[in-house]
Amino acid sequence: MRELRHVVPAVVAAFCLTTGAAVAGTLDDVKAKGFIQAGVNGDLFGFAKPDEKGVWRGLDVDTARAVAAAVFADADKIKYTPLTAKTRFTALQSGEIDVLTRNATQTLSRDTDLGLDFTQVNYYDGQGFLVPKQLGVTSATQLDGASVCVLPGTTTEQNVADYFRVQKMKMNPVVIENTAELAKAFFAGRCDCMTSDASQLAGIRAVAPTPADYVLLPEIISKEPLAPAVRHGDNQWKDIVNYSVLAMIEAEELGITSANIDEMMASTDPKIQRFLGVSPGNGKALGLDEKWAYNIIKQVGNYAEVFERNVGVKTPLMLERGLNALWTNGGLMYSPPFK
Amino acid sequence: MPQTAPPRSAADVRPPVTNIGVLGWIRANLFNGPLNSLLTLTVLYLLWQALPPFINWALVDSLWFSSSEECKAAGGACWSVITANIRFILFGFYPHDLQWRPLLGICILIALLLYSQNRRHWRPSLAWAWLIGLFSMGVLLMGGIFGLTAVESTNWGGLPLTLLLSVFGLTAAYPVGVVLALGRQSRMPVVKSFCVVYIELIRGVPLISLLFMSSVVFPLFLPEGVTVNKILRAQMAIILFTAAYIAEVVRGGLQGMDRGQYEAAKSLGLNYLQTMRLVILPQALKIVIPPSVSILISAFKDTSLVVIIALYDLLKTTQTALSDPKWMGFSAEAYLFVALIYFVCCWFMSNYSRRLEKELDTGR
Repeated sequence: MRELRHVVPAVVAAFCLTTGAAVAGTLDDVKAKGFIQAGVNGDLFGFAKPDEKGVWRGLDVDTARAVAAAVFADADKIKYTPLTAKTRFTALQSGEIDVLTRNATQTLSRDTDLGLDFTQVNYYDGQGFLVPKQLGVTSATQLDGASVCVLPGTTTEQNVADYFRVQKMKMNPVVIENTAELAKAFFAGRCDCMTSDASQLAGIRAVAPTPADYVLLPEIISKEPLAPAVRHGDNQWKDIVNYSVLAMIEAEELGITSANIDEMMASTDPKIQRFLGVSPGNGKALGLDEKWAYNIIKQVGNYAEVFERNVGVKTPLMLERGLNALWTNGGLMYSPPFK
Repeated sequence: MPQTAPPRSAADVRPPVTNIGVLGWIRANLFNGPLNSLLTLTVLYLLWQALPPFINWALVDSLWFSSSEECKAAGGACWSVITANIRFILFGFYPHDLQWRPLLGICILIALLLYSQNRRHWRPSLAWAWLIGLFSMGVLLMGGIFGLTAVESTNWGGLPLTLLLSVFGLTAAYPVGVVLALGRQSRMPVVKSFCVVYIELIRGVPLISLLFMSSVVFPLFLPEGVTVNKILRAQMAIILFTAAYIAEVVRGGLQGMDRGQYEAAKSLGLNYLQTMRLVILPQALKIVIPPSVSILISAFKDTSLVVIIALYDLLKTTQTALSDPKWMGFSAEAYLFVALIYFVCCWFMSNYSRRLEKELDTGR
């Protein structure tokens, strides 16, 4: 046992050293290895999913690409780690990934207990219910005794349980791990209603055998601010991720798109000059190149472009901007001044 | 040439037509009693109910190269989900225009496996063939030399990954398992207790947790900057896990050996290694062919668990293809396709083991 007394502290020390070192400077780590390791969903259409050719696409993917564009001036210097709902936070804590853009809901306990820091929200979602029309239900309050199809390991599962308890209703959860299988079970009539984030329900309804047979109930029972996350305690890296997302929102506000950005470089508006790095300052403050925001917009696009390309009305998800419109259009997307 | 009628004899009097030929077989096997007749009729009725709709769905009404909209309009199977996504399902993230490389690699591997099936081909040259084959497979997958573009192992996926993990996992696990089994029988206390602890520890945890440890916990203990390839880590976990099970099966074989065999070997003056190599193991391993093959088969199927550490094996690439809203409703077709691939591989293994058993069934 005597050896053990020396071994245990040594192992613990080594453990702390390695994890400590990983937390110290993510920006330096990332620059040294030459790419960003991003944790993404893997099979959530519109947010993060490889297409038929194995190329990653989605809103979360574009968010991560924006960070890569800011750091490396090349949005393709990025590698993706697909994560499940259960493994996503462990992967971030263990340093396997540098940034988590995997439609994760920001909550108080995740922000504190789990040692994460959430940045600017890149999609405001809320949990809703999808029911077949023939059920004759018009409000979620009529769902007493219903069987509910739900994904495990998410805030969704907890929200729906809370909601039914508050409404003093009974529910029978039908838990299935995979979205496609969950949808299939729902369409096959295994459960009376299906609950998930409204963005996903819209997509699922779009692929129903006959979409008109299903309705979204009016109740939105939760707030789901989906935000990228980084490890707690690395403020510089958090700032970079945060302002990479904000830059896309700011660009939309300023009317800068990937198409017109080169003309905008000649703009005389001081706000635009500061944003694009024509008048320097922002880049130095973040520890990045002065053209970091230019690179994001040029290579990835502003928030409106990213939204419409991945989840907008022309995609199979057919989502309206809603809460994700700019604050000037009645939404919640609001960027602090870039100065 | 003039034909002469042979003389009639008792042998020429044919048995009643209901006792021979097809009719006879049917009577003897399907209707040889009230219960069996009833069962036959029931099964026939069920087949009649199930088969025509299935054939209609799978073949007659099916679509093979259509868009998903056409599939939704048609009632039959939509095999288009496979043809449209086949390259992602089979090769995952491997760069699109380089996918001939893993394809060629798989062909080499299958050719080697088929050739090695025949025991007459087991010559020293075969070992060289395997070495060269595996080396060229590695070069094809990795690239980086001979003018081939380098492809990182994080982009490997689909069928090559499944085959890689299983072929290497199973071939490496078997010898390790045999050594562990011998160690467990050893009279040296350190060796014995190490083997016992190892086997019980590994068998006491599910493969998922081993994979998870290898992917998430293990990197925490490595010094900064040192990373071990993720596929290699998963491969190690699979080898360690399978070896523990093989060890127990082999131990069963060793204990099944008659004491006389050990004593006979000793009286011939053979040392431990010679005893094991020449007398005990050849007999013991022969006895345990069926249980070890069933472990290998289940280990092969278990490779699909690597999905939890974000490796895209065959099953995961299929699921990912299915999460596209265009194809979400056609999971039955895609899963049937994957099931077929798994079935062919497993059938190959069990079929081969039966042949091997028959060929080796000498001495009794």
